[in-house]
Amino acid sequence: MYIGRVCGTVVATIKNELYVGRKLLVVDRLDLEGRPTARYDIAVDVVQAGVGDRVLVLDEGNSARQIVGREPDGAIRAVIVGIVDEVEIGD
Amino acid sequence: MQFARVIGTLVATRKVAGLEGVKFLIVQPLDKYRRPLGEPLVAADGTAQAGPGELVFIIGIREAALALPETFVPVDHAIVGIVDQVDVR
Repeated sequence: MYIGRVCGTVVATIKNELYVGRKLLVVDRLDLEGRPTARYDIAVDVVQAGVGDRVLVLDEGNSARQIVGREPDGAIRAVIVGIVDEVEIGD
Repeated sequence: MQFARVIGTLVATRKVAGLEGVKFLIVQPLDKYRRPLGEPLVAADGTAQAGPGELVFIIGIREAALALPETFVPVDHAIVGIVDQVDVR
């Protein structure tokens, strides 16, 4: 999992049936200082995140399928699984 | 998943078993602002409706095969949606 920040939204009419009725958000991957890196994901949101939120992103298929109840054959990987309140990193 | 632009098509008559009927497109991966990022690649079309010029999103690794009608096939990237609208800041 990684910490990201929601930076946008995606609308698609023609898509895999697994994404029908689910929100797709663009998430910047953040570094430890909270700055956006060049990496991003289009992720499925299951926690009602919005643009600007700092979020916890899961990027692993089996876990993602478990979350949306589509084992063993759902074509899903990146999922926003939490909204981050606080992160503390030791010295 | 990442954004990509469909830039071409690919036809292969002789191919490994399991790839029969799979539609291949050449796609250029894009960054979040839809600028080219990295090298073009060949993706299977999981939507069956994508074509050259279209903005799509792709999924990689094992999940690519799961986007196709027959899910136990040897592919590593697949198109899973055609983008209508993006709002990224």
